[in-house]
Amino acid sequence: MRISDNFKVLNYKEAVFDLDDERGDDWLLKDLFRSKQKYVTIKQREEVDSSAQPEQQGKKELPDGLWKKCEQCNQIIYHKDLEKNLKVCPKCQYHFRIGAWERIKILVDPGSFKELFANITSCDPLNFPEYQEKISKSKKITELKEGVVTGTAKIGGVPLVLGVMDFNFIGGSMGSALGEKLVRLFEYALTHELPVVTVSAAGGARMQEGILSLMQMATTCQAVNRLAEKSILFISILTDPTTGGVFASFASQGDIIIAEPGALIGFAGARVIQQTTRQTLPPGFQRSEFLLEHGIIDLIVNRKELRNTLARLLRFHQRRKLEIS
Amino acid sequence: MANGSNYNLDFEKPLKELEKRIEEIRVFAEEKKIDMSEEIARIEDKSRKLKKEIYEKLTPWQKVQIARHPKRPTLLEYSELIFNGFIELHGDRLYRDDPALVGGLAYLDDIPVTILGQQKGKDTKENIYRNFGMPHPEGYRKAIRLMKQAEKFGRPVITFVDVAGAFPGKEAEERGQGEAVAKAIMEMGALTVPIIVVVTGEGGSGGALAIGTGDRVLMLEHAYYSVISPEGCASILWKNATEASKAAEVLRLTANDLLELEVIDEVIPEPLGGAHTDPVSTAATIKESLCHNLWELLHRDSQELLVMRYNKFRKMGRYIEE
Repeated sequence: MRISDNFKVLNYKEAVFDLDDERGDDWLLKDLFRSKQKYVTIKQREEVDSSAQPEQQGKKELPDGLWKKCEQCNQIIYHKDLEKNLKVCPKCQYHFRIGAWERIKILVDPGSFKELFANITSCDPLNFPEYQEKISKSKKITELKEGVVTGTAKIGGVPLVLGVMDFNFIGGSMGSALGEKLVRLFEYALTHELPVVTVSAAGGARMQEGILSLMQMATTCQAVNRLAEKSILFISILTDPTTGGVFASFASQGDIIIAEPGALIGFAGARVIQQTTRQTLPPGFQRSEFLLEHGIIDLIVNRKELRNTLARLLRFHQRRKLEIS
Repeated sequence: MANGSNYNLDFEKPLKELEKRIEEIRVFAEEKKIDMSEEIARIEDKSRKLKKEIYEKLTPWQKVQIARHPKRPTLLEYSELIFNGFIELHGDRLYRDDPALVGGLAYLDDIPVTILGQQKGKDTKENIYRNFGMPHPEGYRKAIRLMKQAEKFGRPVITFVDVAGAFPGKEAEERGQGEAVAKAIMEMGALTVPIIVVVTGEGGSGGALAIGTGDRVLMLEHAYYSVISPEGCASILWKNATEASKAAEVLRLTANDLLELEVIDEVIPEPLGGAHTDPVSTAATIKESLCHNLWELLHRDSQELLVMRYNKFRKMGRYIEE
């Protein structure tokens, strides 16, 4: 007898997956990569909420020439093939770093992303040397106002809030504005009872805001903590790199922690460790596989399967009331 | 690492010279059997004035040096000087006992409290044993265990922050240093008993913040608290760790800076010359501050505390909303 025979499922918040059992969970993957759905190719940018999206993002990654060399296996890859493969090397599966908007496009249902808190940006509270120049330069390069893009979206039809960091914005570092956007996102999730997904790509706290950056570790952690009040799901995705104060705060406190293959994830930098301890560090130290082995993350998921995995996890946690018949 | 006797504060050099001169005159007077007390008093007075002058104008980098003084009082000394009946409790129940973070039970006057904090050594041998006061994940997990225990019995928690940083090591990474730090911050955010944090020496980044999210954050006058060490900042900014004094300026890491930035609630004054010159009076001042802050917090119910604590840290960022 199946357990579900004893339960009557009531009050589905949203009957998102109208599937029969035969099709199972992998329909999404199939739709993504075998069918001719348009949102597979990165070029179709206009499908994502166009109001907030910079248009030149993809070109910036490939300044001139049609070829890109894999940073891991040195394979020369035709840039269109690389884009089609979601910027994963077809030969060695090396995951190239990608920008926030590229990431959003890969993850969410086409057209479902609505940006929130887009007007929050960094100031220079300590009058720190060269900080303002750094901010302006990052804004220009990334066409973002801050190192994280936050908003609501749907993945596999399930509504959620999403925060995606961009390593190109001052190393994805967490300053006051970035922390504020994340905290508002967590608070929004709590108010609207939506699950949270964050995608981290960060070198740590933003030195240029001094102690105020450090305090963002506290505020983000506390905001994550409050999600428990309403049993809000928090999935933290760690991408290359996630280190320092971002790893040592909200990013390591997901209910479920997913990493992309080969991502650098850790608290202290390898150089600092070597200088302090004179230890030889093993190959693969602080990479996703190392963290999985040491019990620090739940899953390693290939970029191509990320959306499907998220959809399954989100669906699994969808609110419903069970009544024993 | 230097031990107490050969750790020199270079800005105290003129003082040391005066002290040397006083000593020389004393010896001379004794030998020749002449009264030079007037001369000695004059120089002593000069020395006192000079000391006051120096300490009134300490630069951030000089404060960092005082905060790192090997004789600066540590938690185990404060546990005797501020509290009564301290009983140290050990272990995280998961891996091992971390001597770099100590904690236990004590009375503050007659109020039972849990105290914990990083613990540096007093000499090279002890420093090696205590890993120079830099905790591994198990240290932070011990802190969490002791805080949850305090919560179970309704005891306030008082933490003492003095750490260069959470330990950067291979094993620390393997055992989840980042997770341990984050978890400690999270648990403190939800703890239903009052928490007072005292930054007594070095407030080194995440390793400090891990036990730093309290209802009140107090800071000794010459302590520092920063997102990165001045040396680390200098080597990033100017590719040169010797520019640390300049970095200490721009990071705004002194107690007064942090009070101005509304990151801490109170600066606890130190005796002239720094806490290490008079641990007893330093302890007395800390105790006074702890008592009046705790008294206020004990009048709040736990729900109120949680909301206040959340909002306290929530408003610390500075940003622009266009």
